[in-house]
Amino acid sequence: MSEPVLSVDHLTIKLPAGADRPYAVEDVSFDLKRGEILCIVGESGSGKSMSAHALMGLLPEGVAPVAGKILYAGVDLLTLSETDLRDMRGRKIAMVFQEPMAALNPLMRVEDQIAEVFEAHGLHTPQERRTRAVKLLEEVGIPDPPKAAKAFPFQMSGGQRQRVVIAMALALEPEVLIADEPTTALDVTTQAQILHLIRALQRRRGMSVMFITHDFGVVAEIADRVAVMQSGQVVETGTATAVLGAPQHAYTRKLLAAIPKLAAGQGRRATKASPLLQVSGLNKTFRTSHGLFGRSERVVRAIDQVNLTLFEGETLGIVGESGSGKSTLGRCLVRLIEPDTGTVTLAGVDMAHLKGEALRAARKTIQMIFQDPYASLNPRMTVGRIIADGPIAHGVPKAEALAKAAELLSLVGLDSSALARYPHEFSGGQRQRIGIARALALEPRVIIADEAVSALDVSIQAQVLDLLADLKQRLNLSLVFITHDLRVAATICDRIIVMQKGRIVEMGETHDIFTRPQQDYTRLLLDAIPGRSMDEAAVAAAAR
Amino acid sequence: MEFWKRFSRHRGAVIGLVFLLLIVAIAVLTPMLFPSSPWRMVQRPFLPPFTMDRFPLGTDALGRDVLAGLAYGAQVSLIIGLISTAAALLIGIPIGLIAGYFGGLVDDVLMRFTEFFQTVPSFALAIVLVAIFQPSIVSIIAAIGIVSWPPVARLVRAEVLSLRSREYVEAAILSGQTNTTIILRQILPNTLSPIIVLASLMVATAILLESSLSFMGLGDPNLMSWGYMIGAARTVIRQAWWLSFFPGVAILLTVLALNLIGEGLNDALNPRLSRKGK
Amino acid sequence: MIGFILARLGKSAAILVAIVALNFLLIHAAPGDPAAVMAGEAGASDEKFLAQLRTQFGLDKSLPEQMALYMKGVLTLDLGYSYRQQMPVADLIFSRLPATLLLTFSAFAISLVLGTLAGVLASARVGSWADTLISTAALIFYATPLFWVALMAVILFSVTLDWLPGFGYETVGAGYTGLRRVLDIAEHLILPALTLGLFFMAVYMRMTRASMLEVRGLDFVKTARAKGLAPRTILWRHVFRNAMLPIVTLAGLQAGQLVGGAVLTETVFAWPGIGRLMFEALAQRDYNLLLGIFFISAAMVLLFNLITDVAYRVVDPRIRAS
Repeated sequence: MSEPVLSVDHLTIKLPAGADRPYAVEDVSFDLKRGEILCIVGESGSGKSMSAHALMGLLPEGVAPVAGKILYAGVDLLTLSETDLRDMRGRKIAMVFQEPMAALNPLMRVEDQIAEVFEAHGLHTPQERRTRAVKLLEEVGIPDPPKAAKAFPFQMSGGQRQRVVIAMALALEPEVLIADEPTTALDVTTQAQILHLIRALQRRRGMSVMFITHDFGVVAEIADRVAVMQSGQVVETGTATAVLGAPQHAYTRKLLAAIPKLAAGQGRRATKASPLLQVSGLNKTFRTSHGLFGRSERVVRAIDQVNLTLFEGETLGIVGESGSGKSTLGRCLVRLIEPDTGTVTLAGVDMAHLKGEALRAARKTIQMIFQDPYASLNPRMTVGRIIADGPIAHGVPKAEALAKAAELLSLVGLDSSALARYPHEFSGGQRQRIGIARALALEPRVIIADEAVSALDVSIQAQVLDLLADLKQRLNLSLVFITHDLRVAATICDRIIVMQKGRIVEMGETHDIFTRPQQDYTRLLLDAIPGRSMDEAAVAAAAR
Repeated sequence: MEFWKRFSRHRGAVIGLVFLLLIVAIAVLTPMLFPSSPWRMVQRPFLPPFTMDRFPLGTDALGRDVLAGLAYGAQVSLIIGLISTAAALLIGIPIGLIAGYFGGLVDDVLMRFTEFFQTVPSFALAIVLVAIFQPSIVSIIAAIGIVSWPPVARLVRAEVLSLRSREYVEAAILSGQTNTTIILRQILPNTLSPIIVLASLMVATAILLESSLSFMGLGDPNLMSWGYMIGAARTVIRQAWWLSFFPGVAILLTVLALNLIGEGLNDALNPRLSRKGK
Repeated sequence: MIGFILARLGKSAAILVAIVALNFLLIHAAPGDPAAVMAGEAGASDEKFLAQLRTQFGLDKSLPEQMALYMKGVLTLDLGYSYRQQMPVADLIFSRLPATLLLTFSAFAISLVLGTLAGVLASARVGSWADTLISTAALIFYATPLFWVALMAVILFSVTLDWLPGFGYETVGAGYTGLRRVLDIAEHLILPALTLGLFFMAVYMRMTRASMLEVRGLDFVKTARAKGLAPRTILWRHVFRNAMLPIVTLAGLQAGQLVGGAVLTETVFAWPGIGRLMFEALAQRDYNLLLGIFFISAAMVLLFNLITDVAYRVVDPRIRAS
């Protein structure tokens, strides 16, 4: 490749007093070369996002660079005045953010938000700005650009919004584009499209792109070169092939090893057993009415004629994108959401039509593990009470329930001293273990895990998945595993159900779904999984 | 401990708290400090302030001691402020909890009811309630309570609505806890911080309301209150400015102290929210 | 939009009817017989006169009957007759309404404009002396009893400095006309409108400041900065417009308090509006008049609410679409 467009030279960024460490980024150096895509990859808290914000002079209050340089076109950006920085932002270096909905002003039309970029730098007439906005929308592949230009952000889908944000960033043909986790908030198929778009635009315009991500799959898809960050430091840099194929640093190796492997599930075969949970003809329609007399009604068929069976001892995956109804289905099974019609037969009892005391008793058999390790534990209760409250509600004496809670904690790999502590004292992964212990407290036969590892960093994710697999074996549990992540589904599930718009598209053994998908939508999902090349390389290496 | 550290970081709140404690001390010690009735004539009328050491703030049109009046007024303000706020909480919290937790039709009915009360001009309603049921400490407390519960109900409902869909509440439902247990153990404790902050501000508003009612001549005729003192001095404002000035300052400082405490509580109890305000 | 306004009008009308009914019951729950009070004052207390008064007021009918009659009257804007003032209630109210509308709308406008401007200024320079000054002033205004500020303003600006008239709506007996009269009324309006507006100014200022600071931390503001926009453009176009949303809502909720506050202000400044009329009606147990005033003030509050709801829809496209 050629000379660096931008180089970060021994950069150190200080965090405000009271943060968990003194520096967000410490003595970090890397170059962004002309016409390349450099991926900065790391887990949460690695400082990858802070470095990006420092380039734009957009660090949050109280966070400031204290040493080092950021050289662009021979000038140290850290020494520029706010006015000079402003002139450079958007024109020379542009940025794309993670959350496309939050990144757009909800009260302004799309065309105005794009036209504003020209206005900021005093370019063109208002009329021409608008014409260019429409052209940009066309370039980023939004259907019907003139109409989209007049739309407000809330009227667009997530993927379209991210395209608008990209259009804004491209408006002044910047030399450098910084993309901060631009696909993390998107569905997997949309993510594939946006990655493709960024790659295509980068090639067409010869831009240099600094792409920040936590996902090695995305790295494999898009990166020319990679810099791996761990707690504020760059531990490894190199070409994508080198870093992914032959990682040098132990941390990189650990991260790569933690990625769930698609191949893992492909060797798995479901064992036939007796059915434990049977769902037939399940429906749920959401109606939202507006106005006094409910004149305009919006009807969403969240679950549409769903039939499924969970066999004893198996892990059944339910995969789909957002809006597929997978979470609603999980909540209908335990009656956190009331299904409209249909039956949910659990060990011979129809859960869907129980009431009051009978429902309370029946729910002991089916428990749930939740997504958000922060929202799923009551911040004002001790861990002991959080776990023991269920048994206590079912009449177990308090002392006995707490003793049981201590056992459960050690079962999920936590010390029993955790009993008297509060949730905020624990990390995300530990909290998720507490959530698992709570679900086990009532000795259920079925556990529904709703995106149970989605909020966790990849290395923690691997540990929690191992724990679940292990507990399932030891306690003879059956698992319904709801996830958007096909990699995770591949590693843990025996069978998989693919959902789209409330309907089951395809159902089959994990091996068959991944090797011989029958439906177009399933194929689309599989093709969109980022970093498939990594798996293929691994399979090829194993075969050799 | 953590709470005190955060509270004391707000300098105004500490000053407010010290001042409020002082007022409370005065209110408690009043019968000792001023053993005779505040209604008794003790000196010539219209004695200007700072002329006699025994009556530093002077006397009113009937020769009554202004300082003693202020001390007795502190009792009235604090008692009415606290009890009427408690009354408003007793109405507002259950309504908000029930509306937010059960949702649907119950929520609709309760919220229409609340909106209705918010539409009626609250001060006008308070005046009418007190006037119709005859001014007395009970009718004043009831009137203030009745006009000030809607914000409580709305706040609690909003909090409950956001907590209701929290995963730990769903987990509690799944674990077989009853609605009562869930409301009281999982939800209510997590709504307390904003309620406490609101309550401290409501005491301030209640004191203002009581003084306004007394000013209009709708105070308890047996109680010397700050609002009454200002109202009675209105007609003689040209010759005796101090008669309305000092009670007004007393109200201002007490309400200010309560507002400052409210801000401090907000910083201490909702650290995430208040950080944004800094 | 038209459909929305019609629906909201329908809802407001329903609330208004409910308020009228509740007020009617409330007033009739009051202890004491207005006929007896009147007869007592007139010095005639014989049974025959009392009965005659009762028939005249319709007090001899049952409560539901009285209520039905009253509600029917309200629907045709016939608010009954004030036997105290010997005038139809509607005429009394409409003769006083302009003064109150002038007072409340000026106070509202002053407080909203000055309050939000001060809030924006304070938030733009958090921690500066301007912020400290504005925040402290807001804190004090927020804690000051309205009637007391009014009195102190009279002492200072009217009695001591003699800059502004301290009471009344216009100079009585001066016989001004045209522009001279407008200026005279404006001069009389300054103190009442400012004192009434002061508290609400503090409310809007605090709210604006907090709201601006919150919006300033949102992602789209970062996007705006990344575009290279000037700070002033970001402040007004991105931060302020979004920060206004909660303030519009608040303004609607405050309407009721504004009308209530007018009672105090009108009392202190001898402003001939319906606030003072209400207090007089209460003192004289003139129940028809009192009910009429309730009806009008509730209608005013609902109107305020409707205006803010419409404003909200104009500002926020998301609400407009739903």
